[in-house]
Amino acid sequence: MNFLDKIGSLIIGTGQHVINVLALFFETLFWLAIGPFKKKIAKRDSIFFQMVFTGIGSLIIAFFVAFFTGIVIAMQSAYQLSRFGANIYVAPMVSVGLARELGPVLTALVVAGRVGAAIAAELGTMKVTEQIEALETMALSPVRFLVIPRFLALLVMLPCLTIFADIIGIFGGFLVGVFNLHLDPYRYITFSFKFMEWKDVWTGLVKSVTFAIIISIIGCYMGLRTKGGAEGVGKATTLSVVTSFILIILFDCILTGIFYFSQK
Amino acid sequence: MDKEVVIKSENVIKNFGDRTVLDGVSLEVYKGETFVIMGGSGCGKSTFLRHLTGALKPDSGKIYLLGKDLNLLNEDEMDNLKKKIGMSFQSAALFDSMTVGENVSLPLKEHTKLGKSVIDIVVKMKLELVGLRGFEDLMPSQLSGGMRKRVALARAITMDPEIVFYDEPTAGLDPIVAGVIDKLILDLSKKLSITSVVVTHDMKSVFSIADRVAMLYEGRVLEVGTSDEIRNSKNPMVQQFISGSPDGPIRFFQQKDDYLEQLIK
Repeated sequence: MNFLDKIGSLIIGTGQHVINVLALFFETLFWLAIGPFKKKIAKRDSIFFQMVFTGIGSLIIAFFVAFFTGIVIAMQSAYQLSRFGANIYVAPMVSVGLARELGPVLTALVVAGRVGAAIAAELGTMKVTEQIEALETMALSPVRFLVIPRFLALLVMLPCLTIFADIIGIFGGFLVGVFNLHLDPYRYITFSFKFMEWKDVWTGLVKSVTFAIIISIIGCYMGLRTKGGAEGVGKATTLSVVTSFILIILFDCILTGIFYFSQK
Repeated sequence: MDKEVVIKSENVIKNFGDRTVLDGVSLEVYKGETFVIMGGSGCGKSTFLRHLTGALKPDSGKIYLLGKDLNLLNEDEMDNLKKKIGMSFQSAALFDSMTVGENVSLPLKEHTKLGKSVIDIVVKMKLELVGLRGFEDLMPSQLSGGMRKRVALARAITMDPEIVFYDEPTAGLDPIVAGVIDKLILDLSKKLSITSVVVTHDMKSVFSIADRVAMLYEGRVLEVGTSDEIRNSKNPMVQQFISGSPDGPIRFFQQKDDYLEQLIK
């Protein structure tokens, strides 16, 4: 009975979180839709600041991850393909793999660790030091003031980062192809894009947009519900990163499934 | 003489889980007075203040602010009402990502159509009131605790509110700074005829600023009166609180179990 109780309360607790997260998401959409009519749009400079922080600030680490991932895919696929003398197929392997899957997912994971954690920690600290309440007392909505700039910044910057990461990753694979497998550089590039369809790119971007929503909303949700001082902020940060990671992988699977079955 | 009531609470009850924090609080605050709510830690005074600002909703009971029932207001009406109140928080609650000037000017920038030059002037005037003119470009982290509280005070009055709430304005400050803040609160009430509601347990400040005082104990109003009435109260609990004596009807120990029993167990 005790065991069942625990499972029951776990399910109810999780369900409650899901409802709250969705509520925050729809409140964000509501403010985005209604804000311009009420003349209460989020401040442009704070959106700009967040875009610089999320986008430009994550460039190096996202490039680093994408570059080495490109190299790894190239080497791993060459290991198999060389048996069939099909080394040139390393090129589409790298480009399609990155565009469809690894580019969006790895960039999202990196950004969840960097930006999602920062969002949760900042909003969490604001919550425990009464700054959120101060905003509300001034009749300023924390959603409009804090969530929207972060949400928009991620929504724009994560897909951009993903495209750049794809390119850098393809470049990493290119280096392996040319210098290790001694493929002709021109042929490598032709093959990279010959097998890549427009659909590979936009499905990757759809994923990327979904991940941007996940990272920003989860980060903000965990931050805004922080309780109990420094420990609470630490917990909120950890929870935001862990939850984002899980949801990114989960939604990646769901979206890949949708794209996979819908083409049949 | 009839005084205009600006804040009125009727039998406000609030529970956190199974703990009753407010157990039927009924109070009235008149226009232009400085009303102090005092009581020990955990007696519910800060919680009560949060009900008055609309941050918390009572489980039952009614709160009227400037004649409006908080339970019946929709979000827009509540927002309009909030523009007429200011709050100075216990931890100052300045936005650390903004400068002092931006902190003070934020409500004006967001709620009014005033131009930048006008806002700058208002900010200078408000900072002058709290004695911090010239500090506009500093970040909150560069200020001392007392200065932060003064900035918070300036921010609370930027919109020229009708009511200002203070949550422990002098807690954790040295006696001189505390005295300065007390004087500020008095000045603001007298010069700008703002209604002030102050939550504190600093007895020195209570009697230097209060027109009227309410003492809360375990979520109930123990006594309300002018500061002289409270000072000369016959209630032993009030007297114990004023003198700060450890012995008296207010128990310091809040353990439920018997001490000996727990030791042996």
